[in-house]
Amino acid sequence: MTKQKIPVAILGPGNIGTDLIYKIARNPNFELVLMAGIDPASEGLARARDLGVATSADGVRAVLEARPAIVFEATSAYAHKANAPLYKDAGIFAVDLTPAKMGPSIVPSVNMSTDFSAMNVNLISCAAQATIPLVHAVSRITPVSYAEIAAGLASHSVGPGTRQNVEEFAFTTQSAIAAIGGASKAKALVAINPAEPPQIMRNTVYTMVADDADDEAIKASIHAMVKQVQSYVPGYRLTMEPFRRGDHFMVGIEVEGAGDYLPKYAGNLDIINAAAIAVAEGYAATLN
Amino acid sequence: MANITFVDVTLRDGNHTYRHQFTPEIIRNTAAALDAAGVDMIEVGHGDGIGGSSLHVGRAAATDRELLEAACGAVKNAKVAVFFAPGLGNFSDLEMAAEVGVKVVRMATHATEADITEQHIRRAKAMGLYICGYLVSAGMASPEKLAEEARKMESYGADYINLAESQGHLVPSEVAARVAAVRRAVNIPIGFHPHNNLGLAIGNILAAIGEGASFVDGSLKGFGGGAGNAQTEVAVAALLRAGHTLKTDLFKIMDAAAVFKAQVGSYPMPVIENDSILMGYANVYGGYLHPVQEAAKKYGVDPRALVLRLGARKVVAAQEDIVVEEAQRLAAVSPV
Repeated sequence: MTKQKIPVAILGPGNIGTDLIYKIARNPNFELVLMAGIDPASEGLARARDLGVATSADGVRAVLEARPAIVFEATSAYAHKANAPLYKDAGIFAVDLTPAKMGPSIVPSVNMSTDFSAMNVNLISCAAQATIPLVHAVSRITPVSYAEIAAGLASHSVGPGTRQNVEEFAFTTQSAIAAIGGASKAKALVAINPAEPPQIMRNTVYTMVADDADDEAIKASIHAMVKQVQSYVPGYRLTMEPFRRGDHFMVGIEVEGAGDYLPKYAGNLDIINAAAIAVAEGYAATLN
Repeated sequence: MANITFVDVTLRDGNHTYRHQFTPEIIRNTAAALDAAGVDMIEVGHGDGIGGSSLHVGRAAATDRELLEAACGAVKNAKVAVFFAPGLGNFSDLEMAAEVGVKVVRMATHATEADITEQHIRRAKAMGLYICGYLVSAGMASPEKLAEEARKMESYGADYINLAESQGHLVPSEVAARVAAVRRAVNIPIGFHPHNNLGLAIGNILAAIGEGASFVDGSLKGFGGGAGNAQTEVAVAALLRAGHTLKTDLFKIMDAAAVFKAQVGSYPMPVIENDSILMGYANVYGGYLHPVQEAAKKYGVDPRALVLRLGARKVVAAQEDIVVEEAQRLAAVSPV
């Protein structure tokens, strides 16, 4: 039996949105009916047209008219805050790739949900998707009194939306590290590196644990989590084996992307897009 | 001859050297002496600015609020300034600073990434703060690129632009070219923040002023990150000798240097060690001096080899984790 494909749309033809075109095209569940933006002359819309995707420069209005079942929004936190109620009224499920946080936050390897009644899911940030699994890997073994993540992002892959939302990026990420990662307190730091050639995105995770915590169990849990994330992001790997440094553990990972539209170094963006597809699949399953 | 605004950064940049362990008492006593000497602005806080205290770059001995309250309570005329890097600090840190009486925010980002400061410059400006657009590692960008980035910060509302040469890599002609390019691009004042890795801090200040810079950063006894900054009391003497005008009094700033020295007791003053020379030479962020030395010791590797690896990876500020990662890699390929 051939399943009816579920119509989906993308708002925001930037790096993230364009990469999503490839991931949606590869997915048997979805049919991309629209890529919308707000600038008729934008490179992103031209790129989408070249890929054979219907486009519009009418922004959220075009999405509402196209009536997809799911919209992926990759604009800015400001834009999504305004758009979220419109999607909800129209019965469109919104997968929010901005740090707007209008619906519950999900990291697929940690807290994948089956309750989508809010009709809006927030993917927090690329750094959150990359680091929260590791914080959770520690907190499932022993209490984490404080977690900190430092994200090193290649300048080329940080688009204008993120640049105008550094505050939301950090705030939303650290809130989720605590709430989903399972740390009592959390802090997120971001460094943007313009080196040429661009460096693969990297993240370091620090977790403060008790002196008598089971260090070997923590290390094993981290290794198991890395394998689990690799199942949907193959380029997710350790660059620094987890080790204890005084009152905390330190572990480093880098994410090499799938190289669909985004270059391989933009792995953090790849991981948030992989998460977006996973969440959309979860919602789609509730429609059948 | 130029009318100079002197910014002393001992109590912020020096916190790198002091491993972020400045206490409210050190801050209070030093800020009072700097104020008495007629310094225009006194920058205070964690080495990486407010919100910087972290496992990643180093934990502070006191909260930002405690440090800033100590400074604001100690000054009569000088403006207390904070360093703020979007990505490390949050809006709540800015609000706290304004509440305790801070007047100046130096909004910092890597020299090529000015657009990440727009949101925070606008927010700080709305709070009535005086804003410095602070371009870190100015020696890692071309004069043209710096001019472009400075223009962006001016458009967001910055009141002056500071070029921070965080590696101590540039020679005077290179500083002059950068200040001249920025001068042509913006209508607001320009400042310069040197590090002394190649012994050129004060010469570079004079070169910057020659091209129109009018804000100068220094630290007492040169007590700033890595090889140290321009030594404030020496810079004041040199600026006076060059015929420039400044409010800072030479004798009183020498006294302030003595007050600061007494506060930190026997703690060694920065000297240009071999690792620092190499960091200046290879254009590696000077704030990594302690992390490099600590990691080199822990993993048994040559700190100079580590510096060269960091240079090859083109690290920018706030990538302390890479220091550890490269030390581990170096140890793996050349076990001792």
